[in-house]
Amino acid sequence: MNNVYVKNIVRFVLLMLFQVLVLDTVQFGGYVIPYVYLLFILLLPFDTNKSLLLLLAFVTGLSLDFFENTMGLHAAVVVFIAFARPGVIKFYFPTLEYTKGEEPGLSKLGVTGFLKYAFTLILFHQILLTFLEVFSFHDLFETLSHIFIDALASTLGVLVVAMLFSPRRRRKRRI
Amino acid sequence: MRNLLTFFLKHQFLSLFILLEIVSAVMLMNSFSYQRMLGFNAASDISGEIYNVYDGMTDYFNLKKQNRQLLNENARLRNALLTSYLPADSNYSEKKDSSFRYIPAIVIHNTVNHVSNFIVLNKGKRQGIQKEMGVLSDKGIAGIIIGVSENYSLAMSLLNIHTHISARIKKDDQLVNVIWNEKHRQRGEVVDIPAHIQLSEDDTIITSGNSFIFPAGLNIGVVHDFEKSKNHSLNKADLQFSTDFNSLHYVYIIKSLDKKEKMKLLEETGDE
Repeated sequence: MNNVYVKNIVRFVLLMLFQVLVLDTVQFGGYVIPYVYLLFILLLPFDTNKSLLLLLAFVTGLSLDFFENTMGLHAAVVVFIAFARPGVIKFYFPTLEYTKGEEPGLSKLGVTGFLKYAFTLILFHQILLTFLEVFSFHDLFETLSHIFIDALASTLGVLVVAMLFSPRRRRKRRI
Repeated sequence: MRNLLTFFLKHQFLSLFILLEIVSAVMLMNSFSYQRMLGFNAASDISGEIYNVYDGMTDYFNLKKQNRQLLNENARLRNALLTSYLPADSNYSEKKDSSFRYIPAIVIHNTVNHVSNFIVLNKGKRQGIQKEMGVLSDKGIAGIIIGVSENYSLAMSLLNIHTHISARIKKDDQLVNVIWNEKHRQRGEVVDIPAHIQLSEDDTIITSGNSFIFPAGLNIGVVHDFEKSKNHSLNKADLQFSTDFNSLHYVYIIKSLDKKEKMKLLEETGDE
C-alpha cells in the first residue's frame, strides 16, 4: 500500500527533473520537445480515484509551468489528459481486469497496447498544447505535421523510459 | 441549493475537470502579453536554486568553448578602446558610457525550442537587478528581464512570441521593429520596413535606443532573407539573431542609469 505512494512520488520527482533539466534544454533537431513527464500520469494505477487523478494532473502540470514560466499552460493540458484517460483505457481495453494498485504499464498492456494507449493521450496533449501556445497559424498543414512529429517524439521517449523502468522478469514472461 | 450540491457531487469528475480548467485558463491569461507577463512575477528562488545546482554540475563540459568566447570578446573590446568612439555631432556632449552600466551574469538555464523561451540568470534583486533591463551576450542583445527574485532573475529570450524590439537598419538609420519568427523559431523577423528601402542579405540590424531598455547601436542580427512584397506598403525580412542562443553562458545585464529621468520627462510632456 505504502509502496504505491513512495513509488509514484519518486517517479514524479525523477521524471520532472529529467523533463526540466534535460529534455527542455537539449535540442533534438529543430524544435521538437519530447514530453516524457506525461509518463507519470500514464502510469498511475488503474484504480486511482478519478478526482484524485485530475488533482494530481493539475499539480503535475503546474510544476512544469513553474519551471517553464508558462503558468497555467501545462496545467490546462495535463488536466485534459487525466480527464480523457479513463475513457481511453475503456475504449482500447474494454474487458481488461486489474488488481488493486496495478498500473497500465508495458507489462500489463504489452508493447502494442501500451503504445496505442500512450500515443492517443500524447496526441491529445500535443494538439491542445500547440493550439494554446500559438493562436495564429501560418500554415495549417505545417502545424499539423509538427503536432504529429512532436507527439511521435514524446511517445518514443515515454516508451524508452517505460522500458528502462519496467521490471525485467515480468517483461520476459510476456515475450 | 441542495439540489445543486447533489448535482455536483454526482458529476464530481466532470465538475472538478471544468473547475481545474477554468483555474488554469485564468492563470494562462498572464502569459497573453508582454505587459501581463511583467505584472506577474514568475521568477523564483526555488527554481533558480535547482537550475543553479544543475548548471554547477554540467558547467565544466563547456569550459573550453566559453573561454574562447570570452577571449574573442576581450579582443573586440580592446579594439573598441583603440577607436575611442565619439558621437558624430561634436556639440552633443553626452558621454556614451555614463548612462548605462553593465552587470555581468551567468545563464543558469536557457531554452530555445519553446514558443515562449526564457533565460534564468544568477543575479537578482540583491544585486540591483530590476524588471525591464536588457540582457546582452558577447555578440548582441539576448533578452529582457521580466521577473526578479532575491538572487535570480528571469529574462524573456528574444526567441519569444512576445518579443518586440525597436530597431534600426545600420546602413541607413531607418527605424524598423524586430519580432520573433513564428515559422523559423530560431530566427527573428524585421517588420515595418518602409517600401522604398531595399535590404540585402547580411545587412545589420541594430537597436534604436528608443526604448530605454537597450542603448542605441547594439547588434540584434543580420538580414537572412528579404523579399519585397507587391501589395504591402511595409515589408518584412527574415532575421538571423547575432546572439547564439544555443551556447549562451556569460551575459551582461544592462542597467539604464537615467531611465527614471527619461520616463518622467516623457510623462510630463505627455500630459500636456
